[in-house]
Amino acid sequence: MTVIARQEIFNKMIAHSKVEAPIEATGYLAGIRTPEGIIALEAYPMVNIDASAEHFSFSPEEQFRVMKEARGKGLEMVAVYHSHPATPARLSEEDIRLAYDPDMVHVIISLKDDKVDIKAFNVRDSAVSEVKMEVKRHG
Amino acid sequence: MKITINGKGTAHDRTDITLAELLVINKVAAPHMVTVQLNGGFVAGDKYESIFIKDGDEVDFLYFMGGGR
Repeated sequence: MTVIARQEIFNKMIAHSKVEAPIEATGYLAGIRTPEGIIALEAYPMVNIDASAEHFSFSPEEQFRVMKEARGKGLEMVAVYHSHPATPARLSEEDIRLAYDPDMVHVIISLKDDKVDIKAFNVRDSAVSEVKMEVKRHG
Repeated sequence: MKITINGKGTAHDRTDITLAELLVINKVAAPHMVTVQLNGGFVAGDKYESIFIKDGDEVDFLYFMGGGR
């Protein structure tokens, strides 16, 4: 599986992560699923209601509002992103334990040591596999 | 009966489906970790077993999203 997104989507996630640091930033990516992979077309920054440097969670009210807004554009939620302000771009044990939606790609934006590193993962039955991310250059 | 689930129309032969059963039909493995809206209103998790879906209902569900470190 591959997640394809315009550079602007990556930039938006990175900027959001830097603005919120040291709090964990979080959000959804909405897009479409194609035989070539998942195409992420919109990034929706969300409020981390934990307001924590170590945890994040969404409010259901905001989740439904954003999901319906994306649906109105013909998009579905394809990925959830969150930042690791001081740890690597890998899923933590807590990330894996709380990854209940098998269809959701998990994108991690690490800001560890002031370097940006982005990786994406699938979690199915607690088994983690890395997902390739590509920048869509045209169109 | 016809039900809209997460914005998509679905048809069901049975007319006695509870919200809990509907989540199972939609392959939700952890119903206690989803939040449900029925016709735009939130449904408490302890009501999933007792609420029967009606023709024309709109059901939306989303998984809890969280993690850390």
